[in-house]
Amino acid sequence: MIVSVLFGTVTLLIGNLFRLRRPYKEKLVAYESGNLPIGEPREKFSVKYYIIAMLFVVFDVEAVFLYPWALVYDKIGLYALVEMILFIFILVIGYIYAWRKEAFNWS
Amino acid sequence: MIDLIRIHTGDIIFNILIILVKTAVVFGVAMLHVAYATYFERKIIGHMQVRLGPMRVGYHGLLQPIADGVKAFFKEDIIPLNADKPVFIIAPLIAMFATISSLAVIPFFDGFVIADINVGILFLLAMSSLGAYGIVMAGWASNSKFSFLGGLRSSAQVVSYEIAMGLSLVGIMLMAGSLNLTEIVKAQQQYWHGMFLVPQFLAFFIFTVGAFAETNRTPFDLPEAESELVAGYFVEYSGMRFAFFFLAEYVGMIVMSSISVICFWGGWTLPPIIVNTFPFLGEIPGIIIFLLKVYCYLFLFYWVRATLPRYRYDQLMSLGWKVLIPLALLNIVATSLIKFFF
Repeated sequence: MIVSVLFGTVTLLIGNLFRLRRPYKEKLVAYESGNLPIGEPREKFSVKYYIIAMLFVVFDVEAVFLYPWALVYDKIGLYALVEMILFIFILVIGYIYAWRKEAFNWS
Repeated sequence: MIDLIRIHTGDIIFNILIILVKTAVVFGVAMLHVAYATYFERKIIGHMQVRLGPMRVGYHGLLQPIADGVKAFFKEDIIPLNADKPVFIIAPLIAMFATISSLAVIPFFDGFVIADINVGILFLLAMSSLGAYGIVMAGWASNSKFSFLGGLRSSAQVVSYEIAMGLSLVGIMLMAGSLNLTEIVKAQQQYWHGMFLVPQFLAFFIFTVGAFAETNRTPFDLPEAESELVAGYFVEYSGMRFAFFFLAEYVGMIVMSSISVICFWGGWTLPPIIVNTFPFLGEIPGIIIFLLKVYCYLFLFYWVRATLPRYRYDQLMSLGWKVLIPLALLNIVATSLIKFFF
């Protein structure tokens, strides 16, 4: 695995080094429909993105909890089943709350 | 004692050599596949729209991908004036590195896998989320409004669909009881249909939608929406760096197809019921079956691209959060209940 990772990066670096470079450089201005860019490109953006990011953290951690559970489900049986249904139930309460608060509405 | 050490070092060197050869083979084959995936994409979509597709370079345009590659290689490399240079340079590398290293854990046929690790699926999911870094960094570093918006949209989209995709694979883990991809393929052989696709059709649907969104393909290609964001996060990239993003996208498609084939379609095996009725089919090498399945799945990508229009962004978000995640949770609960009672 490490070998393949190294292989990938090394190939990329070689690709980078061997490329022809023509040193003349015209205007290296960012593209904005052919006009000169107006204002700062990294402006404020919608707060929705932050909400999505926070929700992602919650749900992703929960998904990570589910992986080991799925692996040992065969061995534990009923206990695991009840436990996980409780877990998902609690999660769904939070999910419904987020839905009611319109966290998923993008408008 | 010295002999023993010599034998051991010999073994280690031999093992490393084998891994290197395997890596080279996989890498070479994957690159060839990527090149011709672009060709077939243009060809198939062309024919679906009653066009011919590429025709000029070579017989029926067969040399087109090579010409494209050479062209990208010799193009001038432009780094915009206000760009955040180190990040700008690293971003395509990360995008590509993440997708290519996921090829390492994919078993192409029985016993042929570069790294047979126990957490195969987790590794693949981790790598696919690493790929998002490349996109976000590219969007941020280019210092262009278009790429900034593209990067933002893409990160939100990838992040939302990743949850649904990860949850849909929990069903597979429940059925197989393992995260190792080889084990998953073998677990499917105990059913007469030889595929998790049948009991896990819901998970397959969720996974497919998630895979399309993760690789930024139509109908979820909002980050690169050509007509509004002029290609989104990689507007400012040119030449080889642009080609890296392209490569990352196509390797990503191949990886997603492979995951889907392994987890839902039985990998390199044919359904036992078919092999039992027609024993001679069991003689087909696994790699051919695997590749055929992957091609079918890739064809689905092209087909959908030629057929469906692009989603609107708010619809995209509500599909991910309001439909796919509840469905995935439902699938987990249903699978565990069924598995418990039967």
